[in-house]
Amino acid sequence: MPEFWINMGPQHPMTHGLWNMKVKVDGETITDAKPEIGYLHRGVEKIAEVREFQKVIVLTDRLCYVSSITWSHAYCLAVEKMMGVEVPERGQYLRVIALELQRIASHLMWLAAYGPDLGLLTVLLWSLRERELFLDLIQLMSGARMNQNYPRIGGVRNDIPENFDAMCKRSIEHFLEKLDTDYEKMLHESKIFHMRTQGVGKISAADAVNWGVTGPNLRACGVNVDIRRLDPYETYEEIDFEPQVWKGPDAGDSYSRFICRFNEMRESCAIILQALEKMPKEGAYRTKPPRRAEGEGYVRTEDSRGEALFYVCGDGDDRPYRVKIRSPIFCTMAATPLMLRGNKLADSVAILGSIDVCVGEIDK
Amino acid sequence: MSAPLVPSLFGSCYILTGAIIWIVDKILYAIGYVIPPLNGPLAALGGWLASPAVLTFLTWFVMVLVMVIWAVLLNLLTMMWVERKVYSRLQDRYGIMISIWSLPLWPFNRRKDKATHRGWGFLQNVADGMKLLQKENIVPAAADSMMFSVAPAWIAGTTLMVFAALPWSSGLSVANLDLGVLFILAAFSLAPLGILIAGWSSNNTSTLVGGMRSAAMLMAYEIPLILAVIALVFTTGSLDPQTLVLQQEQTLVALGPVSIPRWNLFGPQVIGFIVFMVAIVAEMERIPFDLPEADAELVEGWTTELTGMRFGLVFGFKWLRMIAGAALLSILYLGGWSGPVFYTFYLGSVPIPIIPAEAWFMLRIYLLGIFFVLLSWAVPRVRIDQILNIGWKRLIPLALLAILVAAAARVFGYVG
Repeated sequence: MPEFWINMGPQHPMTHGLWNMKVKVDGETITDAKPEIGYLHRGVEKIAEVREFQKVIVLTDRLCYVSSITWSHAYCLAVEKMMGVEVPERGQYLRVIALELQRIASHLMWLAAYGPDLGLLTVLLWSLRERELFLDLIQLMSGARMNQNYPRIGGVRNDIPENFDAMCKRSIEHFLEKLDTDYEKMLHESKIFHMRTQGVGKISAADAVNWGVTGPNLRACGVNVDIRRLDPYETYEEIDFEPQVWKGPDAGDSYSRFICRFNEMRESCAIILQALEKMPKEGAYRTKPPRRAEGEGYVRTEDSRGEALFYVCGDGDDRPYRVKIRSPIFCTMAATPLMLRGNKLADSVAILGSIDVCVGEIDK
Repeated sequence: MSAPLVPSLFGSCYILTGAIIWIVDKILYAIGYVIPPLNGPLAALGGWLASPAVLTFLTWFVMVLVMVIWAVLLNLLTMMWVERKVYSRLQDRYGIMISIWSLPLWPFNRRKDKATHRGWGFLQNVADGMKLLQKENIVPAAADSMMFSVAPAWIAGTTLMVFAALPWSSGLSVANLDLGVLFILAAFSLAPLGILIAGWSSNNTSTLVGGMRSAAMLMAYEIPLILAVIALVFTTGSLDPQTLVLQQEQTLVALGPVSIPRWNLFGPQVIGFIVFMVAIVAEMERIPFDLPEADAELVEGWTTELTGMRFGLVFGFKWLRMIAGAALLSILYLGGWSGPVFYTFYLGSVPIPIIPAEAWFMLRIYLLGIFFVLLSWAVPRVRIDQILNIGWKRLIPLALLAILVAAAARVFGYVG
């Protein structure tokens, strides 16, 4: 057969959203690839210019529906920098807890999508089952399971309910036990899983840095980059945790990305437990921000998928003059042809699943 | 050793056909009574129908019909139900729920206005089939419409052909062939041609890749499958399912009151058993090896363009292939339908075994079915180059080793 293009998308089980990966195949081998995005463009940056600072949080929530809090938080942080608002310590700790709960929920959603990509539907159901634990916790904190609208400029919307730390500890204990028993047996010890993921979709550390790959995908290449450590925000300085960096051979393949993300869930559990202990029991969780502001705020945070960057510029009005969002997967998507070339057609799902695509934040 | 519930399918169907023809004869007589001029010809027709040659001829049709109803209507639905229920439990959910309680006419529902879902879900597959029947049969504009229509019929037909030679017990079989196992394997391996035709004629990139994968995989698992059977023939000296099972009914070791039967699994054939087991999973197109319809990367693979009951046929007959594969596995290696019969009671002079051979056979089929279900829902799908590696570099050498071992065992006097 001659080489031909296959459209994997926009309506395709592989895509997890609305985008198109055009792959050129020679028999089963991928010779070229071309990601096409933009199907979900909603113009968040432009809409933000006509809404007041507080009302933009609703939009940033919807940047990525599986990790709303991290995006809203990044926006709030940028606005706070611009306004010069200091968040009370309890508010900062609450944000850390919410962020890490959201990170685990997001990673579980990724795992739920990655299993069926490889033909393992059982992982989908199991991950969604465990995700319920964390959605329940997030619901206790913020009142909603999706699009929580929880961070506020100057703090968080509301305090946590009574007994939250006990419920948190119980859920995390159960979750860690499940990770060690069910998931390790189903994925880490599965020979076929190793066959499918090891050595496919390789990208070197230099290439990854040059193409702007960040987050767990970059740490899987063996580069120790974690914004929570490099450029600490909130109270991450006071919390003891280890960024999950792949140290073994075959850096930058699908398996290393899988392991980094998987271990990050454990690390997030440890962060939550520490934050619950170190959090001041009393005190304000939010301050009143000014209504109007002038200046520039720029912040980068560690999103579940990589480095999220927010730049907010105010001109003295009650709404931002310009909002710029840098989404991690938008940049990672540019590097996917590099990962795909030379692999088999079936590997395209093993690779694109492992980088954790979220179309909402790509298209903004 | 257990006796079959149906001593001879032909005999039973002969009686059944005779009864049907007797009723038809009476109807013809009644018509002749009402319309006297027709009396003579109708009586002649009735006599012709009841003549032994015609009766035998018609009995064959009834036999095929009975086997199709038995295999497709009963066992296929049951196997689908078992699969969907078992993997749902693995995934921590209830699974299918539409049962007889969901029918609006079922009298025991307390609420008459609303269907309840409280049964075991056996009728879900029937409901799904009804839904598929109502759907439009779409032939894509760019497709080769004749081949596109032929392919599902080809796959369904060849799969049913397996059951022409597949015995369910020493009595319950349509045809007892001397080379029955060979016929079954031949009929089994015809389906990939249908897959290739369907994939090619749909004129779609996904189906094309799926069809090509099927053709590429065919050699990788079909050769080890046949080689494993050749190794078996060294021990058994026969390809007749009846002979194979009779050989395996003998006692290998007697441990007090418990006697371990001489299954082909216990002995030098264990290597062949492993090869056959892996290859038959590929033959059934179950998940570690279901590359032609890899639904993650190829949408639905070669079935992407099939709609309505065309899709229903090829989708549902996968379970028929699973039944056939499990049955073949149990006939070749696991003693077929042999098993202890604990008590036989007599209805007049007809002996009725309390656990008939068919029950032992179906027990094996469904246990193997559950094993395959759990296997395929607990492992990811392999890649095309990996299944070729497994087939050519692992299974074929292993199968050759199995032949070597079986031949050596034969030299040293191990006979089935």
